[in-house]
Amino acid sequence: MQTEQDFLNDLSTQEYEHGFTTEIEMEYAPVGLNEDTIRFISAKKNEPEWLLEWRLKALRQFLKMEMPTWQNFKAPDVDFQAISYYAAPRNQAKYNSLDEVDPELLATFEKLGIPLNEQAALAGVAVDAVFDSVSVVTTFKEKLKEKGVIFCPISEAVQEHPELVKKYLGSVVPLTDNFYAALNSAVFSDGSFVYIPKGVKCPMELSTYFRINAKNTGQFERTLIIADEGSYVSYLEGCTAPMRDENQLHAAVVELVALDDAEIKYSTVQNWYPGDKDGKGGIYNFVTKRGICKGNNAKISWTQVETGSAITWKYPSLILKGDNAVGEFYSVALTKGHQIADTGTKIYHLGKNTRSRIISKGISAGVSHNSYRGLVQMGPHAEQARNFTQCDSLLIGDRCGAHTFPYIESKNPSAIVEHEATTSKIAEDQIFYLNQRGIDNEKAVALIVNGYAKEVLNNLPMEFAVEAQKLLAVSLEGSVG
Amino acid sequence: MLQIVNLQASVEGKEILKGINLEVKAGEVHAIMGPNGSGKSTLASVLAGRDNYEVTGGSVSFDGKDLLDMDPEIRAREGLFLAFQYPVEIPGVSNVNFLKTAVSEIREHRGLAPLDSKDFLKLLKEKQQLVEFSSSLANRSLNEGFSGGEKKRNEILQLAMLDPKLAILDETDSGLDIDALRIVSNGVNKLRNEGNAFVVITHYQRLLEYIVPDVVHVLWNGRIVKSGPKELALELEEKGYDWLKEEANNTVVG
Repeated sequence: MQTEQDFLNDLSTQEYEHGFTTEIEMEYAPVGLNEDTIRFISAKKNEPEWLLEWRLKALRQFLKMEMPTWQNFKAPDVDFQAISYYAAPRNQAKYNSLDEVDPELLATFEKLGIPLNEQAALAGVAVDAVFDSVSVVTTFKEKLKEKGVIFCPISEAVQEHPELVKKYLGSVVPLTDNFYAALNSAVFSDGSFVYIPKGVKCPMELSTYFRINAKNTGQFERTLIIADEGSYVSYLEGCTAPMRDENQLHAAVVELVALDDAEIKYSTVQNWYPGDKDGKGGIYNFVTKRGICKGNNAKISWTQVETGSAITWKYPSLILKGDNAVGEFYSVALTKGHQIADTGTKIYHLGKNTRSRIISKGISAGVSHNSYRGLVQMGPHAEQARNFTQCDSLLIGDRCGAHTFPYIESKNPSAIVEHEATTSKIAEDQIFYLNQRGIDNEKAVALIVNGYAKEVLNNLPMEFAVEAQKLLAVSLEGSVG
Repeated sequence: MLQIVNLQASVEGKEILKGINLEVKAGEVHAIMGPNGSGKSTLASVLAGRDNYEVTGGSVSFDGKDLLDMDPEIRAREGLFLAFQYPVEIPGVSNVNFLKTAVSEIREHRGLAPLDSKDFLKLLKEKQQLVEFSSSLANRSLNEGFSGGEKKRNEILQLAMLDPKLAILDETDSGLDIDALRIVSNGVNKLRNEGNAFVVITHYQRLLEYIVPDVVHVLWNGRIVKSGPKELALELEEKGYDWLKEEANNTVVG
């Protein structure tokens, strides 16, 4: 009979259920990273000259830069010349209807439970499905068009709405920002573009599912969301990838712009392949996400549930430029087995009376390491600005690690910054209590973890909160240790 | 319903239970008293299936099945309930959500259809009234911030909701004021019926005036040294445990 302690120490990996691959005809860019690669990608996408120039500028910048060294884990040795930077289903043209899409592709998304058929779609959620480097289909485009909402792949936005893209691309994350942002700016393939016109409350949730399938490729998507004055949008991204022995790189960039009185709610449920029980394989999830509350009274909130990836390295950040701007960051990061997370946020208070709230819940199991890194910066003009940070760690078993690196910088004496932190373990007697009420070990841990993560999960759009809860429970199965 | 034969158990290598023999039939209430360190809580923990307790001999049969062979959650689903002496707090897990999960596991095990939310809440309300447990407590996180008395009353609410065959109350009266004692006892008495049984572990005779036992056992030094009717409790209250210890020693030696 397994004792609670045995159970808490057990290290088997729950099978990653999205680990299948899809057999489909693909075309690839030749392996390697140089100006030719960039021209190849740009030509494939039929891009205008200005964008090609922008990419080349980014490439030159990238080749001058070096990998960062400050992270709380041993950075992997990525051979940037050994990756192909473009992979797309062959014969991929603009799909006008689902009938034109390769049935294998449709089957993949169905297997993942992602609704592409508009009738079957989750009530009122428009979906953009991205397979490897390209967007496969976007649903509900007509309905959104009626309201003037633009929701399309960024490659399409470059063609149809170049003025918008030109104005905002790189305005929040410049190509010089950091090593991976420069790389992404050079080779980004696709991603979502959203524009909400003045005064419009987007009538449905917008959502993008990213699926990496091809071998030896990286996925570099770029997402840009612009909420014009007085508008509102809620956007969700979900991610999965097949099981492979080699690591794959996912270096995305997401830029959010909220003008006066606008609000953007951005949620992520990330379940990239985390590697096997020995820590082999798995996705490197190195992402730069940043939002700017450009206008007064603007609001942006980031909510993330990170359960996958071999290494998750991201700091969704906020620049609160306008007066009275509000920023929020809610995160649940779960690591188990050999996974590593170095995640958190940076919030820059520039405007008067700006407010921010950070709730970070780390959960570590197995021999994983979970680090929270947060920066709260109060600028000299941030009169009466306020931040509240709650940073909690939950340790499951006695071989994992939780680390916290909070940075607070304040240049304004009227600004208030509050920071609270807790560290706890799932105690054996809590599990036994639940056992004695008929609840088995795995359900007990799921209950406890869900209670712990509740405050963050409550911020997800309702349909996804349920999925996220299930994902947390499933991710912990068999690895409570 | 419960048959304990020559049960021996140790904790961290130290032998605590040295041969317990006890039989509890449906419809009965047994009281177990005894001085500190006699093994009362150990007995409760061993029956519930707690980890660090090692059974070194004997057997326990529950409804004809081998209890010691079952995982703790299975014992619970089979109908064994332990009202803890020190109920733990589990922050973030709501009382209601927890109860719903527990009830659903037990019902499934018994082959009963799951309760929908409406029926569950109805059942909860009914039982809350039975044990005089206010709503506001039920909506909070499991035992978080509860006073000692509130925690004990929450144990009884759970007892009412889970409807076990055998309930072991481990010093449920400790830390209760007179009113709380009355409320808890009333609750237990209302739940007594011919189909279930209770084992009440306590130091004090006072509880047994409210929850009147059919048999009182005295546990000392890992063995039941005397059993008798409810008047035995009064005798202990009057004389203490020394006379029994002497008697027991004489028996062993003799």
